Amino acid sequence: MSSATPSAPEASAGLFSRTKAIPAVGPILVLLAFCLVFAITNPRFLAPHNQSIILQQTIVVGTLAIGQTLVILTAGIDLAVGAICVLGTIVAGKLVLLGYDPVLSMLFAVSLCTLSGFVAGALVSRLDLPPFIVTLGTLGILTAALRLISKGGAFPVQDDFLGLTGNTFRVGSFVLTYGVIAMLLLYAIVWYLLNETRWGRHLYAIGNNPEAARLVGIPVRLHLLQVYALAGLIYGITAWLALGRIPNADPNALQTANLDSITAVVIGGTSLFGGRGGLVGTLIGALIVGVLRNGLTLAGIDPLWQDLVTGILVIVAVAFDQLSRRRR
Amino acid sequence: MSALAAKPQPGNTVRVVLEARKIVKSYGHVVALDGVDFDLRAGEILAVVGDNGAGKSTLIKTLTGAVVPDSGEILLDGQLVHFKGPLDARHRGIETVYQDLAVAPALDIPSNLFLGRELLSSGILGSVFRRLDKRRMREGAAAAMAELKFRLPSINSLVENLSGGQRQGVAVARAAVFASKLVIMDEPTAALGVRETGQVLELIRAIRDRGLPVVLISHNMPNVFDLADRICIMRLGRRAAVVSPKTHTMADVVGIMTGAIKVEGG
Repeated sequence: MSSATPSAPEASAGLFSRTKAIPAVGPILVLLAFCLVFAITNPRFLAPHNQSIILQQTIVVGTLAIGQTLVILTAGIDLAVGAICVLGTIVAGKLVLLGYDPVLSMLFAVSLCTLSGFVAGALVSRLDLPPFIVTLGTLGILTAALRLISKGGAFPVQDDFLGLTGNTFRVGSFVLTYGVIAMLLLYAIVWYLLNETRWGRHLYAIGNNPEAARLVGIPVRLHLLQVYALAGLIYGITAWLALGRIPNADPNALQTANLDSITAVVIGGTSLFGGRGGLVGTLIGALIVGVLRNGLTLAGIDPLWQDLVTGILVIVAVAFDQLSRRRR
Repeated sequence: MSALAAKPQPGNTVRVVLEARKIVKSYGHVVALDGVDFDLRAGEILAVVGDNGAGKSTLIKTLTGAVVPDSGEILLDGQLVHFKGPLDARHRGIETVYQDLAVAPALDIPSNLFLGRELLSSGILGSVFRRLDKRRMREGAAAAMAELKFRLPSINSLVENLSGGQRQGVAVARAAVFASKLVIMDEPTAALGVRETGQVLELIRAIRDRGLPVVLISHNMPNVFDLADRICIMRLGRRAAVVSPKTHTMADVVGIMTGAIKVEGG
């Protein structure tokens, strides 16, 4: 009987493996390797001041990547991450400029982002449209609409509440912002959802084998809708964190958010094919993107080269994923 | 785990667990089921065989709630039931195993076994924080596998690291754990090799021996003769005959299936 089979090989300890015990060994090694290279080439890299900056620079992409992880775990992809977040910053900023209460303005902006995610989710789950097309369409619509609303230009957002997450405090020689804490808190909450609740278990099952999920009675469509709406909510909260980082609402901001967030998720070990991976890897992945951009900036390299390297990184990460998939 | 709790074997009186009477189902002009009768007895493995188009899959779908018959009645433990969908039948204690491996490969064995029916922690952790009780699920899965004598490398293995037979074993065990009345297996070994098929057949026998009746749909005559207590032969939308593998040969069954052998009333 079954005992004749030698026990199946445990997940191999490859670069991007996802062993159960330590989910993000591969990404952590990649992060350490990048840090090592930058630390050797530039002594300023390891300075507490610079490390603090890296963390702060990671906030926006890192938080967007939480929503992106949820969507990718369902075997989808979200190309509207940046656009929905920018929607949040511009709506909140505009309303405050018009004299509305900042708290209500921000709440309204976050609700609008959630609604955007909800609509995308409805199109994906009810009409069975490919997530790629739905979110690409959302990206186009929002980008154009926001430029029309703001007449193409950026405007400063000077408000204590909207800028609240930019407030700093010191931990030893490190300078952290409330935004860093908010990001880590969001990671903790969504990690709990994914790993410790039925909702998370069902999300993995849907990404893994939607037919099996349906057969055991999981409401697959409703779940997908919830995932996109929750992602929208997270992008909305990111808008608040983004205003704390840079008090400016700019319709042309976050152009590289898609590339960066998808890179963070994929290099963190989450499979584009759905159902595998998780948030610990994504956090490491976001730090890798942050370290990479920071290290290259310190080295005085043109930002366009950073995009180029990030592009290579995402393709390499997906290639690893595809290869490990073939082995399975 | 209730299903695995020992059930008293009925003595010599034959108890009918699931019965269907005069089931008719047509699709347009095509009559898929033409007044089919069906009965499943306690503690038996009943094989359902038939050529393509004989109506066996439509019959099974009416029993699992996937198809609502045009007329006829279905009785579960003597009670009239009307299944409006597959979830209806499941809530009544009927579980189905499909031929394609309906498991989530990247999840571990307990997660698959309890998929859709996860256990929550007791107290505030479960009621407010909706926390999964992973330990209880792991123990439950291990107990179920031990009871079914189905050996696996480790209960914490990811299903993708199991062989095809072991994967289907997980799907079969899931059905056995949660079925309180009966398990329906729709070609459970069609996707498996010979040795792996053997593992799953052992498991089906173990389920029957625990007192849970099994409906087995299969094309594989040697498997059917190996396992079944009775064989229900479908032909042209009717039940052509119910025979025992002890009194009939494979050639007899194939003959009845194809119409080469005429059966009274068939």
